[in-house]
Amino acid sequence: MKNILKIISLQGLLLTIVPSLLVFKGVIDLKLHYNLMIIGMVLWFETAPFWMKGTSLEEKEQ
Amino acid sequence: MSTGQKSTLIERLDALYEYEREPVTKDKLHGWKTFIAMFSGEHIAGTEFVLGPLMVMHGVSAKDFFLGLLVGNFLAVLSWALFCAPVGVKTRLTIYWQLRKICGPYLMVAYSAFYAIILCLLAGAMVNVAVTSVSIPFHIPNPDFVAGDMIPTVPWMLLAVVVGAVIAILAVLGFEKIAHFSKVCAPWMVLIFFAGAIAVLADLGVSSIGEFWSVANEKIFTGIPTGANTKYTFWHVMGFAWLCNATQHIGMADITIFRYAKKWTQGFASAFGMYLGHYGAWVCSGILCAAYLAAGNTNPQPGNIALFGAGFAGAVCVVIAGWTTANPTLYRAGLAFQVTTPNWKRWKVTFAAGVFMIITACIPAVNANLDRIVAYYGLFFMPLGAFIFIDLWIFPKIGLIKDYAEKAKLMISWPALLAWIGALLFSVFMYGKDNYGWLSKLLEGRQPEWLANIKLDLMLLIAPEWVVAVTLYLLFCIIQQKIGKSKVQYREAGQ
Repeated sequence: MKNILKIISLQGLLLTIVPSLLVFKGVIDLKLHYNLMIIGMVLWFETAPFWMKGTSLEEKEQ
Repeated sequence: MSTGQKSTLIERLDALYEYEREPVTKDKLHGWKTFIAMFSGEHIAGTEFVLGPLMVMHGVSAKDFFLGLLVGNFLAVLSWALFCAPVGVKTRLTIYWQLRKICGPYLMVAYSAFYAIILCLLAGAMVNVAVTSVSIPFHIPNPDFVAGDMIPTVPWMLLAVVVGAVIAILAVLGFEKIAHFSKVCAPWMVLIFFAGAIAVLADLGVSSIGEFWSVANEKIFTGIPTGANTKYTFWHVMGFAWLCNATQHIGMADITIFRYAKKWTQGFASAFGMYLGHYGAWVCSGILCAAYLAAGNTNPQPGNIALFGAGFAGAVCVVIAGWTTANPTLYRAGLAFQVTTPNWKRWKVTFAAGVFMIITACIPAVNANLDRIVAYYGLFFMPLGAFIFIDLWIFPKIGLIKDYAEKAKLMISWPALLAWIGALLFSVFMYGKDNYGWLSKLLEGRQPEWLANIKLDLMLLIAPEWVVAVTLYLLFCIIQQKIGKSKVQYREAGQ
């Protein structure tokens, strides 16, 4: 399950960065880039919190 | 203030940090991965959307910007790795206890109070960043300081109150979950910066990587300041990149973090924060700012430029970046303020700090001069880190007693107090003689030629101030320990 979540998170990150490269190359326009980034954001935040470790040094000490 | 009240204040401060009084034990140490993740996350914050554009507005040239950041961030990494981390690993104590040993409890209280104030200011700057994005769907214009807006509109201030209140409530509830959330956000936020910048490059006329440098010179980092901004050069950029976290590295605040490091070499993990956040993110936000202005817009606020380059996701990124950094900052400010408010509960203190934060957020001049404020902040706290450094490494080699204030049971170390004030006055004088009207007027025709020829900006004072601080502290400690009567007191204390 964790691996599936990680794969979806990775897709979220790819949808965040790849569209900008396509805009740079003139393959897609800015509007599509904006929309793909929204999808990327949703995918990332729907999955990453469940597998990323997050305790800080201060929390561990307390 | 009576002696009883004084001891209560010190006892209260000690009690607040009691749990971290003992050095960190070996089982709690962390490896490289923890420090790389921590630095990468902490140095990609809402304020990165402000600092990159500020450099553009100050007319820095492309060569000066890229080289200045390269060298300045390298110096910052070296400061963490060679100054801060070795002290953290050697003592395994927090900055609080280390300063208490060297400077005495009274100076530590002063440090806490000043630190709380600056943390509120920084939290306010982050709220301001978040509101520049929240205001967009409500069609509320962001204040334009360059155009003369000294205060925002009433609706904008109401938004700041709402955003600030939410942050204050969350800070009262504790910041553990938000700390986790901010770590989740970090990889995504880095990509938002890069994606936004790459997407607008075509608008600036870059159609291949080979064209980037010429466009960067002609359209992004043009070398021409905007409005009344002063011109920044390589030295300003380098100095600022080094100085902006001076309190943390050369000022030693991060020994609190590095006491968990297995080896001092883990100080080099700071390179991930510097080169991703203070290099990559500043370059990207600078590009976004230039593209936004080139498209005929004015007032390049964080929310506007992020929306321009990355759409809705960019605007969300600005809100999250502002919120996740303002929250722990306000929490820590509340913690520091608590020592001076004996009968107040934590929630009251945090809300009081929150009110200060909201007021700061409503002053456009704060973010418009964030580089200057951060520079003052670095120069203000840095001397204390210099004292810690030489007290630990140099004093035993030259026959002086380290941790003298603790061993002699002094409430305040006068060498530390005078050297701190002396170093600050030196910096204020060297900068102010050419930049503060009243001081320039006072010194008109009275400076020797050699002094008049020295023109130092705030950003260039980090190294001179460190040298002055160390020299004064060393001199005063020699007087205190070798010549003065304090050594007698020290012996009488049974040490």
